[in-house]
Amino acid sequence: MTITLFDRVRLIDPATGLDRPGRLLVRDGRIDGIDSPAEGAPEGATIVDGQGAVLCPGLVDMRVALGEPGHEYRETIAEAAEAANAGGVTTVASLPNGVPAIDDPALVRLLRARGEETGRLSILPYGALTRGCEGKEMAELGLLREAGAVAFTDGTRAIADSRLMRLALSYSRAFGAMVVQHPEDPALARGGVATEGELATRLGLPGIPAAAEAILVARDVRLAQLTGGALHVAHVSTAETVRIIARAKADGIRITCDTAPPYFDLNETAIGDFRTYAKLSPPLRPESDRMAIAAGLADGTIDAIASDHAPCDPDDKRLPFAQAMAGGVGLSTLLGVTLARVHDGGIALPRAIELLSTAPARLLGFEAGTLAAGAPADLCLFDPERGWKVVAGQLPGHAQNTPFDGRALEGRVLGTWKNGRRVFG
Amino acid sequence: MADGRGSGGFFGGTASERHLLGLQGMHPSRIEPFLDLAENYVLLNRSRKTQRDLLRGRTLINLFFEDSTRTRTSFELAGKRLGADVINMSVSTSSVNKGETLLDTAATLNAMRTDLLVVRHAQSGAPALLARKVDAAVINAGDGTHEHPTQALLDALTIRRNLGRIEGLTVAICGDVAHSRVARSNIHLLTAMGSQVRLVGPPTLMPADADRLGVEICHNMDHGVEGADVLMMLRLQRERMAGGLVPSAREYFRFYGLDTVRLARAKPGALVMHPGPMNRGVEIDSQVADHPQQSVIQEQVEMGVAVRMAVLDRLSRMQMA
Repeated sequence: MTITLFDRVRLIDPATGLDRPGRLLVRDGRIDGIDSPAEGAPEGATIVDGQGAVLCPGLVDMRVALGEPGHEYRETIAEAAEAANAGGVTTVASLPNGVPAIDDPALVRLLRARGEETGRLSILPYGALTRGCEGKEMAELGLLREAGAVAFTDGTRAIADSRLMRLALSYSRAFGAMVVQHPEDPALARGGVATEGELATRLGLPGIPAAAEAILVARDVRLAQLTGGALHVAHVSTAETVRIIARAKADGIRITCDTAPPYFDLNETAIGDFRTYAKLSPPLRPESDRMAIAAGLADGTIDAIASDHAPCDPDDKRLPFAQAMAGGVGLSTLLGVTLARVHDGGIALPRAIELLSTAPARLLGFEAGTLAAGAPADLCLFDPERGWKVVAGQLPGHAQNTPFDGRALEGRVLGTWKNGRRVFG
Repeated sequence: MADGRGSGGFFGGTASERHLLGLQGMHPSRIEPFLDLAENYVLLNRSRKTQRDLLRGRTLINLFFEDSTRTRTSFELAGKRLGADVINMSVSTSSVNKGETLLDTAATLNAMRTDLLVVRHAQSGAPALLARKVDAAVINAGDGTHEHPTQALLDALTIRRNLGRIEGLTVAICGDVAHSRVARSNIHLLTAMGSQVRLVGPPTLMPADADRLGVEICHNMDHGVEGADVLMMLRLQRERMAGGLVPSAREYFRFYGLDTVRLARAKPGALVMHPGPMNRGVEIDSQVADHPQQSVIQEQVEMGVAVRMAVLDRLSRMQMA
């Protein structure tokens, strides 16, 4: 029997509305209770003195591309787990469009097991929505769900075909899983590598209009309404999309969405002088869009924040901008960049934790994101004020392609626990 | 570094001065010296003299990832007239497909101790990427749809020699602006030097937010050429028709081609320019292209050599300083 007592911590649990100083006891990998014992410590307990730091549920990152299977040179699961834990993340949902695509129940079970093997990170696989993530025929959603797929998506590929999207939203209802869409009309975005506008014009880069996102989201909202299916829009990046989703929510349509730190912390100027580490999909947007995403976090239109972690090899990025791979790593910077919104008054600290842990756990139907007694002791201890600087080349894990290179942050993870076992700090 | 070839900015000024990657944001006080120096080289070239000691012992590599006989020849001639050892490397797309990346090529050329590297590449930003990795001074000879700075400099020289000034002129840049690096470099240079620039062409060939570049936009060619001092025609690539941006060549010529009737709407004696190669009967009528008084298209080619000599001269002096 192992017992850990977290003493002198600020407990934040968005699931129960808790935010106050206290202590928390962990017994055999599960949360035993808060404020017990009132004084002293149980015999044999390991005591963690938080010195006033925040203790919250481990973060649940609902959008992560793993290098495994298929691209181990970019990042292995063990390396991703190291980066995740360093960022306070204890659970990730993994995208299915690797090599091979996760379109077979055995692959879902494999990923689940590979997560458990690490002992430090739960992997919740998204199942491929279509065979091979090719956007043509629906995959075996029922069997994938049975094997443990948390939801369905083609990852970084949008479902372009309206009829297929309708069928997917409809059929997935039977299995209680949502459909996650990469919101970009592929025909309108074809060939584009940066947000269409003055900057892309000056750099001579082919543009993607913001309308490519709004058009697909508007269509999918209508299809969700038609089918009653649950739609989740990933990495929302424009003001227009936020407006469409807010209206759809008001209309009672089953729609949720997330965004990623680059979309509320950076704008398109980060790609100036052809910086490929800032090449993302969707592309970084103008400042007005960034502000709208930040507002959507505050007013509740946006349900969750995911890192959109996409490990790249240096050779994937050391290319002319249009040829470089899109994507940035984000596991270890997820909390720090989100806290920047707290520090400049955009959102309250408990809301930040909700966006990073409680809400995504609920969306994925996974038992996490709470400090309630009996819950698995996935925990994150962090100092919201401690400063550090993001330096590409010095991040934990393997891949270093961060769009936040040089960014000074306040808020650093001191320790991470998975099922009661310390995995970081 | 011991031999004075600094890889950073210490020996050779800042990166933006050490290389010529583009004209965006370049102040007239940095543009004019190129033009003034080029004037000298025009005279030198016309007197059939050369200045073979200036770049003696220095190596210039023409690294062309895209075919271009005219620009490559112009740089080659410029380098040779200044006494440089000039080597032409045409890297076809097929050898890129063999696996060597742009940066492998850069490392190879660096090891060969190249002094001046002239780069043409189909990707916007490729010369900037190379410039970060090599010790040589990098000269952008056209990258994707980004910039083609020496073309804009030679255009400016041609205008200045014919009309005596650049400031206060109205210049109409006509045609496929969206896909034109020549247009972008000219916009930056001409607006910096005080010209009024008009972009003329169909909306499908205009880049997004072009009006934020300090220019006027016009979709009607008859209005666009009205009263202009200079008409710069751009080449319309055949693939624009295939891509559906323009329905057909004949429709394009009907609405956006420059013929004598439209030329008459411009200022009397207005200059007709084209960066070449021309599509006669698509963007320009032969009568206009060959107009004995108003077409300066051949003169542009002559100015090209002089301007490139000036660029090589200045950048290598900066390197040696």
